[in-house]
Amino acid sequence: MKKVIGMGALALGAAFAFGVGSFVQSTDAAAAWKPRKPVEFVIMAGKGGGADRLARFIQGIIEKHKFSPKPFIPNNKGGGSGAEALRYLKDNAGNPHIILATLNSLYTTPLRNPGIGVDISKFTPIARLAEDTFQLWVTTDSGIKSVKDYIAAVKKAGAAGWKMGGTGKGQEDSLVTALLEKKFGLKMTYVPFKGGGTVAKQLIGKHINSTVNNPSEQAGFWDAKKSIPLASFTPKGKLKGKWGSIPTFEELGHGTDMVYYMQRSVIAPPGIPKDAQDFYVSVFDKVYKSKEWQSYLTKKGLVPGWLTGNELTAYFVKEREVHRKLLKDLGEIK
Amino acid sequence: MIEVFNLLIEGFAVALQWQNLLLVVAGCVAGLFIGAMPGLGSVNGVAILLPLTFLVPPTGAIIFLGALYYGAMYGGAISSIMLGIPGASTAVATTFDGRPMALKGDADRALVAAASASFVGGTISVVLFTLFAPPLADVALKFGPPEEFTLMILAFATFVGLGSDDIPKTLFSIMIGLAMSTVGLDIVSGQPRLIFFDLPGFYHGINFLVLAIGIYGIGEMLWVIEQSKGKMVISKAEVSVRRILDTIKQLKGSIRQMLMGSFLGYFVGILPAAGATPGSLMAYGVAKTMDREPETFGRGNIKGVVAPEAANNAASTGSMLPMLTLGIPGSPTTAILLGGMVIWGLEPGPRLFVDHKDFVWGLIASLYAANLFALLINIAFIPAFIAVLRMPFTILAPVIYVLCVVGGYAPTKDMHDVWLMLIFGVVGYLMRKLDYPLAPAVLAIVLGPLAEASMRQSLIMNQGGFDIFVTRPISGTILVIAIVLLVWPMIKAMNKRRTAKA
Amino acid sequence: MRLAELIMAVVMACFSAYLMWKSAELPVGWIKGSGPGGGAFPFWLGAGMLLCCAWIIVRWARRLSPPSQSTEAYMDRRSLQLFLIGAGSLTVMIGLIHILGVYVSVPLYLIFYLRWIGHHAWPLTGGVGLLTPVVTFFFFEIGLKIELPKGLAGKHFLNELIYYPLYDIFL
Repeated sequence: MKKVIGMGALALGAAFAFGVGSFVQSTDAAAAWKPRKPVEFVIMAGKGGGADRLARFIQGIIEKHKFSPKPFIPNNKGGGSGAEALRYLKDNAGNPHIILATLNSLYTTPLRNPGIGVDISKFTPIARLAEDTFQLWVTTDSGIKSVKDYIAAVKKAGAAGWKMGGTGKGQEDSLVTALLEKKFGLKMTYVPFKGGGTVAKQLIGKHINSTVNNPSEQAGFWDAKKSIPLASFTPKGKLKGKWGSIPTFEELGHGTDMVYYMQRSVIAPPGIPKDAQDFYVSVFDKVYKSKEWQSYLTKKGLVPGWLTGNELTAYFVKEREVHRKLLKDLGEIK
Repeated sequence: MIEVFNLLIEGFAVALQWQNLLLVVAGCVAGLFIGAMPGLGSVNGVAILLPLTFLVPPTGAIIFLGALYYGAMYGGAISSIMLGIPGASTAVATTFDGRPMALKGDADRALVAAASASFVGGTISVVLFTLFAPPLADVALKFGPPEEFTLMILAFATFVGLGSDDIPKTLFSIMIGLAMSTVGLDIVSGQPRLIFFDLPGFYHGINFLVLAIGIYGIGEMLWVIEQSKGKMVISKAEVSVRRILDTIKQLKGSIRQMLMGSFLGYFVGILPAAGATPGSLMAYGVAKTMDREPETFGRGNIKGVVAPEAANNAASTGSMLPMLTLGIPGSPTTAILLGGMVIWGLEPGPRLFVDHKDFVWGLIASLYAANLFALLINIAFIPAFIAVLRMPFTILAPVIYVLCVVGGYAPTKDMHDVWLMLIFGVVGYLMRKLDYPLAPAVLAIVLGPLAEASMRQSLIMNQGGFDIFVTRPISGTILVIAIVLLVWPMIKAMNKRRTAKA
Repeated sequence: MRLAELIMAVVMACFSAYLMWKSAELPVGWIKGSGPGGGAFPFWLGAGMLLCCAWIIVRWARRLSPPSQSTEAYMDRRSLQLFLIGAGSLTVMIGLIHILGVYVSVPLYLIFYLRWIGHHAWPLTGGVGLLTPVVTFFFFEIGLKIELPKGLAGKHFLNELIYYPLYDIFL
């Protein structure tokens, strides 16, 4: 009610709006598809996490350069590791005013919860904007300087003595940890935390011994010389700048199988009109080519990789199989 | 120290440029209204207005959002006091005494007390921030899962006295609140949990706001309508400059609670993951436990408004500290601010205080300014708020219902939550008629998730052994304080009985 | 009042039992070396709630709690009537949101309440009924960019008729 007092004047404006409304709409109809109302930019993770920050960054770029006539409004639906968001998209099939910013739970969540009945190959692909990378991190004080030191330290400490921090079980961090354990025959205690930022802080506070954070989560601490990356879970030569100076497992002579990416893509509900899909592809093409996005990629250690259309769907399907195998090895699914 | 002082003066030079000052005022007003809406708090305000800040330079942007943050913290107290609906979890403790004061016709006094206490809390915390930012950042780092868990125990210990005399009903209320907080996802195994009837709306868990608006909004309205037997009731509500000045004079009596709330709130706010909610609850609990007449709390004691309000504002400054120095958000709001900083090209973290001095001190100086303006704007609006309270109940009630429905929908944009809120409101009302205390359930749902996660993380770290809570120096100390706080009211009660006998 | 207290305790006991059963979908026991399983917390809380309910019933039987001593009716006719009108009209309003959307069902509700329960004059009723949705629209949709539900009516004709043109002008 209190707003009534402050905003009473707006009522006049509204009355005016109702009047002119009817003939404004006809002018837009002829052009190609454009959003008629704010676009719901769903994020399959909670507020404040890496995926959320990235989505809001993208929203910022769109807003700043006016890439879209109507704003993109972030909406967090992180429940059930993204199950809520995927179900929401499925239930809104054909709705052209919803898009979803995804991460790897796009594969793992439907695999682990077949009950939600989501088939990711049915969603409308928009664009893959980048692949985020993972590094193995320890604190500077630990005295560990290389993967060799690391393996020795973990073996000496034993499973009970070595605590690896990461995000929830079955999510990316735990898969990377499993890769590490399998490759080097290690055993660690995996402690799950709510998000990558918390994990990074727990490492610096020495409550855990190592992490497999994304670059953006540890960058500040690395700059302050509190933590160091031992190796990058990327193929040789993919990362540039200071992130490129981190050795990859391949360069250290551990073969080419120690690679894991976090995809950063945008999808839309199944069955939206082709011209709506084209609109979003063109918006994200502009985002991808923007100066802000390109400099973000270099600064935060992401690998650029534009992908769209059927190629993107094919990529999702391929990655889903990779994750099916990873989860099976972990014993998370049968 | 002198260097810090000079930096701060430079900061003021930045904050007091007229564009920035304008941003402070705009931020405060916007925050005040968003915070006063049940359901919307500083998180929504900051998240929604973030894109606006691309129009101004980074320093101006964070000043605007900081002012909005402060404004919303002040605004949260308004709906707590006037409607009895905590607009955000940080304002729950304010309803305990603020609402009874408003029912007695002292809404204006409660609002003035809340605003003044917020101002004191904000000021003290900004001073502490200026003087001790870097060393306190190290303290924040020392808090791992075991420390977080014992802190939650401490928070529970401070408000154990909030229940009624009916022990099983109080316990039931706490447990049902905790049980509701486990709905959604089990973070340790990554499995969905308690998805009742397979409704997808349960995936995001039961939001604190849904329970709080249901119980305090819908349930309270049903209660008031029944108590008044449907008659046309007009709340007593007065306001005059004299009453306001009078109240400010009276506040001298609660300076101790203000100071206690400010320091407590600030230190709890610094700890990542804790934020302002436990801080304000603990301040209320401590104020009540340490008072000579604890039984006057919950019936409109001004000290019960002052302590949590000082604490939640102090905590909101406190939670900026881990964000700026470590890049770790202490609350969802700071998490969004953090995202904003990345967009503006600033890198929060240990290097920020070195590389972007002008930004950091400009921010601190504008927090001072925002605090002052929020106080003035808030007091200026009090007559308008009081005018609303004077409306006949048959207008106020349906409008409040509408606000509840819209406010319950807005945070998650899910009708599922609106229905859940209606159920909580109705069931809560029926339970309240049978003397079930409901505040413990609301508190439990706020603290529950943090308590469970930190306890299980600690146990995993220690291979399932409980000794980790005792052997770590900080968590051990907190645990001892918690036990003392639990035992203290009992000792006092026994002493009273003994003196009464003698 | 006595009967009401017993019924509430029994209903809550049933809910507690259901909660325990539902929690048991995840392991509720102690997992060696890592602490309690995923379902343990809600399971044991449910058990605790069940115990509390039993305790409440014992106190009820021994007439220890105030409601169990009270001879007053839990709800007299008038209270029941007020409760049903208050909660019922709210339920209908929320239900109508799915069909008509916020901007139609809210004014209908306000007009109903102000006119038939509050007995206010038509000018006031109409004023509040019309002003509230307009203010809500500008505060949420334009100011905060939070979309409120438009219901089936919005999907089928009101979007094109009213909402989209308004977005075109103000966003």
